[in-house]
Amino acid sequence: MIQALVAFGSGLLFAIGLVVSGMTQPKKVIGFLDFTGAWDASLAFVMIGALAVHFAAYRIVSRFKAPVFAPVFELPTATKLDRRLVIGSGIFGVGWGLAGYCPGPVLASIGSATLAPVTLLIGMLAGAFLFEWVVRSPDEGTSSGAAA
Amino acid sequence: MHDLTLIPSLLGGLLIGLSASLLLVLSGKVAGISGIFATAVLGRAPDRAWRWWFLAGLVAGGILLSVLRVGAIGPSIRPLPVVLVAGVLVGFGTRLGGGCTSGHGVCGLSRLSKRSLVATLTFMACGAITVLLTRAWLGAQP
Repeated sequence: MIQALVAFGSGLLFAIGLVVSGMTQPKKVIGFLDFTGAWDASLAFVMIGALAVHFAAYRIVSRFKAPVFAPVFELPTATKLDRRLVIGSGIFGVGWGLAGYCPGPVLASIGSATLAPVTLLIGMLAGAFLFEWVVRSPDEGTSSGAAA
Repeated sequence: MHDLTLIPSLLGGLLIGLSASLLLVLSGKVAGISGIFATAVLGRAPDRAWRWWFLAGLVAGGILLSVLRVGAIGPSIRPLPVVLVAGVLVGFGTRLGGGCTSGHGVCGLSRLSKRSLVATLTFMACGAITVLLTRAWLGAQP
């Protein structure tokens, strides 16, 4: 129950942050990635703001034995720099640059009741299915939350 | 030149950081949205409920703000077939690369993860090259 509340609340806050910051404006996202054109630097400040808070949170949390409402921290454990990481991130970057949507903003944009975010989400789902089907071998087990 | 929105962007970033921090401190979870989405929908993990609640919050926040303020969520500037292809690339790429702008760009970099640094630099560079090529293809405007 409390887990559901925390998750819903942080999802809600995340969406508000995305909208306020301009991440749900594909034109701004593409403008931010347009380094060689009329570069819109605004979205660099989203990262500065988010990292400032979250970096501090990690430093504080490193003194905690466990989260407030859960038995353990579920943090990514992978450390290896491999081809998958680079190729996957590259493919994601191309998709991001093509339409100006990454996963968070597209979910927050569903509320606009327009076709583009729904279309992107359908594509995203297909892409994730494709990965499960083509790449992931059965012995890899279930998907983890965020293997960052 | 575009209209710079430095203050709202910084403020929004602080809220994003706060959201990821609450999820971490209270529940011990990483706010990596591509992973939360894929695992909620396709995963076989037993604890999928919180992921659905997070996604519900994300969608609800978008609905709330688009009701409160017209134009809070901007229109797409690409035709739908391009958006669909972009979606497939985003869905596949984030699974292969193990994260997106939130999981690698915010959470991973905050943990000083080397993998996330490489991922973030890679998707930023590939995004920039894509925008450059798209602009060349389209002629002038972004």
